[in-house]
Amino acid sequence: MQRIGVFVCWCGSNIAATVDVHAVAEAAKLEPGVVFSTDYQYMCSQAGQNMIIDAVKEHKLTGLVICSCSPRMHEATFRKTAANAGINPYMVEIANIREQCSWVHKDMPTGTEKAIILAKAAIAKVHLNTPLTPGESKVTKRALVIGGGIAGIQTALDIADAGYPVDIVEKEPTIGGKMAQLDKTFPTLDCAACILTPKMVDAAQNENIRIISYAKVEEVGGFVGNFHVKIRKKARFVNEDVCTGCGLCTEKCPQKKVPNAFNLNMDNHRAIYIPFAQAVPKVAVIDPDYCNMLKNGKCGVCAKVCTAGAIDYKQEDQIIEEDYGAIVAATGYNPISVEKFDEFAYSQSKDVITSLEFERLTNAAGPTAGKLLRPSDGEHPHTIVFVQCVGSRCASCAGKGKEYCSKICCMYTAKHAMLVRDKYPDTEVYVFYIDVRTPGKNFDEFYRRAVEEYGVHYIKGMVGKVTPENGKLKVQASDLLADRQLHIDADLVVLAAAIEPDKSARPLATMLTASMDTNDFFTEAHPKLRPVESPTAGIFLSGACQGPKDIPETVSQASAAAAKVIGLLSKNTLKGNPCVAQSDELMCNGCSSCANVCPYGAITYVNKEFRMPDRTTKVRRVASVNPAVCQGCGACTVACPSGAMDLNGFKNNQIMAEVDAICK
Amino acid sequence: MEKNKTAALREQILRASGVNPKKCMRCGKCSGTCPAYDEMEYHPHQFVYMVETGNIEPLLHSESVYKCLSCFACVERCPRGVEPAKLIEALCAAVTRPQGANHMTPDDIPALLDEDLPQQAIVSALRKYMK
Repeated sequence: MQRIGVFVCWCGSNIAATVDVHAVAEAAKLEPGVVFSTDYQYMCSQAGQNMIIDAVKEHKLTGLVICSCSPRMHEATFRKTAANAGINPYMVEIANIREQCSWVHKDMPTGTEKAIILAKAAIAKVHLNTPLTPGESKVTKRALVIGGGIAGIQTALDIADAGYPVDIVEKEPTIGGKMAQLDKTFPTLDCAACILTPKMVDAAQNENIRIISYAKVEEVGGFVGNFHVKIRKKARFVNEDVCTGCGLCTEKCPQKKVPNAFNLNMDNHRAIYIPFAQAVPKVAVIDPDYCNMLKNGKCGVCAKVCTAGAIDYKQEDQIIEEDYGAIVAATGYNPISVEKFDEFAYSQSKDVITSLEFERLTNAAGPTAGKLLRPSDGEHPHTIVFVQCVGSRCASCAGKGKEYCSKICCMYTAKHAMLVRDKYPDTEVYVFYIDVRTPGKNFDEFYRRAVEEYGVHYIKGMVGKVTPENGKLKVQASDLLADRQLHIDADLVVLAAAIEPDKSARPLATMLTASMDTNDFFTEAHPKLRPVESPTAGIFLSGACQGPKDIPETVSQASAAAAKVIGLLSKNTLKGNPCVAQSDELMCNGCSSCANVCPYGAITYVNKEFRMPDRTTKVRRVASVNPAVCQGCGACTVACPSGAMDLNGFKNNQIMAEVDAICK
Repeated sequence: MEKNKTAALREQILRASGVNPKKCMRCGKCSGTCPAYDEMEYHPHQFVYMVETGNIEPLLHSESVYKCLSCFACVERCPRGVEPAKLIEALCAAVTRPQGANHMTPDDIPALLDEDLPQQAIVSALRKYMK
């Protein structure tokens, strides 16, 4: 028989205003096993905790029931108190009489009645509690960062600075991500390459960082502290260790008609190419879909001109296997496809472009060497219309747009408009907006400068349709404040396309068993208090894969994710959660129901020898739970048809005892 | 018009059209897209706002109600799925139906047809002008 102490907290007036705490303590005294019961103003305070410790010693308590706030709030606090008092932390039960009682009820009698019932349920459970000890597992002191944009680079640099080895897996032939494609960055207008490329070089030169470019993660196994990852490094047909990045091959290759993805297909490069001048690693790569040598064995020019002998037409994909303690997802974003918005005529006219295409058109390393020229005829545009929220905040356009605000468009459009007016003062610039959303340090000031100093015409209203006609773009839009419909003959229309998570994120989330929202953004463990951790232990989130973000925010989050990774890697061993599933092998019939529902892959099956009643032995297939991987969700205990699966700390009989106590 | 009469009319229009004007985020794309904009005294986004706030009286006496071509461009392009044309149609019906007479019969249709006329415009017109 347990000796149970019940401690009822007032939580100031939070509980005491709606629950007669003294009555609860008195009622608890009548329950079997309760040898001590009291109430106190703030149980979580030092004085309150000391009261618990003294009571444990004085009354030789073996189990504690704390009637207080939600266990999410202070369960850990009271478990520590129990440990300090010398009893197992898992002999503590919390009766939530605040969030689930005093805060939802208005009158004292109802609140008190319910609080007493909740206390009785917790007491009934403690009777069946058993001491639990968390297991320990070793931590592999190496991190994996998936995605080599600014988020991944910053996370990797910070982890490496703390002295831990990091691998960056990047799907493109170079790291740099979206930021490498940008021209200037708001709100300070420094050039993106000038601030990004030094970081890319830092990453390449850091002895703790290994960049695995042109690669993707294929398989993830294991658990926090002990992940095992299989990475496929695609053949680039160039020996990375030998290529000097001189670029001679990229000038001599006769296949000149390969769309340049880095410039969003607005110009071409050769079949062997280096994505851009500051690429890291600065190593050429052959596009096998266009290379004559790889397609039909006729050419070999690059191999002939390469003085380093780096070309290797026989190179094959390489599989890299590595162990990691922590994994960071930094898979980033892409603009959505705007082709489905017929009204903006994106597929009808070359002069309707997306904002990212505009970035390349104004970038000195872009297809026009930084001169803003119309894609259709290479002329300088004199009237430019920017359309905001193309596909953002779009609740009705299933399959076309996104319901959320993409967050970065208001600022980059202000930047684009301002830069055009600065470089080409003879150009009229119109920005159609629904709302201008510019919260952020020096952000609204930046937008106001575009209006007040640079004379950008900001018009509250939306563009209804764009019609290409005689080399012009007829823009029909509403000006809501003037209550009129506008007709503008534009030379260039720039669409601020909504952003969405990269397509690689969803399959990656499946491999990582990390949860995602309906928009395919990774879900954080807590939207406010744990924003850089996935609910899956050991998986961290960096940058726009978690939600739309600008560069300053991305870098902050990247460093925050690194801090969390460093915190994990600095431990030699990890204490697990002892509230994990456990299979009763004698009852298990090996049906696999539990393994099928387990979202963490924690359940495997083993063949085990059992002694039968007739003294023979028999090999049976039974479930085995890896306690380090199990997160204690309890799905298996519900799925198990034979009742073999049970969750430590929340055993079926404990839950039934609670229900019985409530129903009595 | 009395207050509760207006409220009843508002309810009738919302129920008949199935439109929830509260979904409107005031982007003005409906008015930006409307081909009949210049013919109208009150424009599609104003229809939505006026019905939302219960300011329906001026709409009942305005010719704008009949200027909608039922092209449904606003319905197609509204990012929030507000469907202004449906609202205008319901308003129109609320005005014409109590007047008692059919302003159009199915027999009138063949004479009005031309090959550029979308089918939905004919159906819409019939709905509007028949009691």
